[in-house]
Amino acid sequence: MAQIQGLLGTKIGMTQIFSELGEEIPVTVVKVGPCTVVQVKRDQTDGYNAVQLGYGEKKLQLATKPMIGHCTKAGKGVFRVLREVRVDNPDDFQVGDQLTADLFATGDLVMVTAKSKGKGFAGPMKRWGFHGAGASHGVHKVHRSAGSVGTSAWPSRVWKGKKMAGQMGNQMVTMKNLTIVGVRQEQGIVLIKGGIPGSKNSVVFIRKV
Amino acid sequence: MNQIEQIEQDFLRMDIPPFKAGDTVKVHVKIREGEKERIQIFQGFVLRRQGESNRETFTVRKVSGGIGVERTFPVHTPLVDKIEVVARGRVRRAKLYYMRSLRGKAARIKTIR
Repeated sequence: MAQIQGLLGTKIGMTQIFSELGEEIPVTVVKVGPCTVVQVKRDQTDGYNAVQLGYGEKKLQLATKPMIGHCTKAGKGVFRVLREVRVDNPDDFQVGDQLTADLFATGDLVMVTAKSKGKGFAGPMKRWGFHGAGASHGVHKVHRSAGSVGTSAWPSRVWKGKKMAGQMGNQMVTMKNLTIVGVRQEQGIVLIKGGIPGSKNSVVFIRKV
Repeated sequence: MNQIEQIEQDFLRMDIPPFKAGDTVKVHVKIREGEKERIQIFQGFVLRRQGESNRETFTVRKVSGGIGVERTFPVHTPLVDKIEVVARGRVRRAKLYYMRSLRGKAARIKTIR
């Protein structure tokens, strides 16, 4: 099977394992693949080389008609997510090919992209680690506020990008240089050292560094 | 959850004897000094067991030279060569934190049989 650098999977949860030296290693359990090749993009026709992967299942009645038509070309039902991965040699792939976790091996460094857990509209203490105001000494009603947001007559406005309260989480986050500490090929399970973004059962994209 | 349990299952040690809080145990700890490996024994009573599956830990307390020493080990760690149960203690709770404040004769645990 040809080389592909990334696959889609599901975060299952976290646990810990023991290394050979007896250290406890915190790990995230990720079910990787099987991903189906839905479309092959070539330089001549699309301007770049890539394969489009489909992962997961979607009920037929929830999918749009164009989506059904697109996915059924691969002959594996309708997918929950589609994602493109660049490849060097698109001729190695055919629509309908199944890709499994066997590209990952113990010791590999990977990048993980997933949507982080949403924290809603968060204040500056939670979102940016501000220290807030005192609990007493005359502080009134502003214990968790950010304090001053700028200077005076110049520039008479607040700087762009000033850290303030707002939506936190529920955005795409990529973590780089995570180590794979175990692979279970028969179940398609990969153990990644440490935590990764997202909640349980969320879709993650794993790619080799 | 099932798949996580399966992974944890692989790291469980089946050679650990059953023991509870209050039992006196000898823990044979592997110690690495450079290339060499030797075994050190830590003997005391089990203050608590905590956690489950391969994340379970236990704490052993002993009084060494008048100073209380507590060490916590994962039950299933490969760093423990073996655990010997020296005596079974008769205690009425699962966590024996009250033992920390007891000294001398009061700090004894009745053994079963």
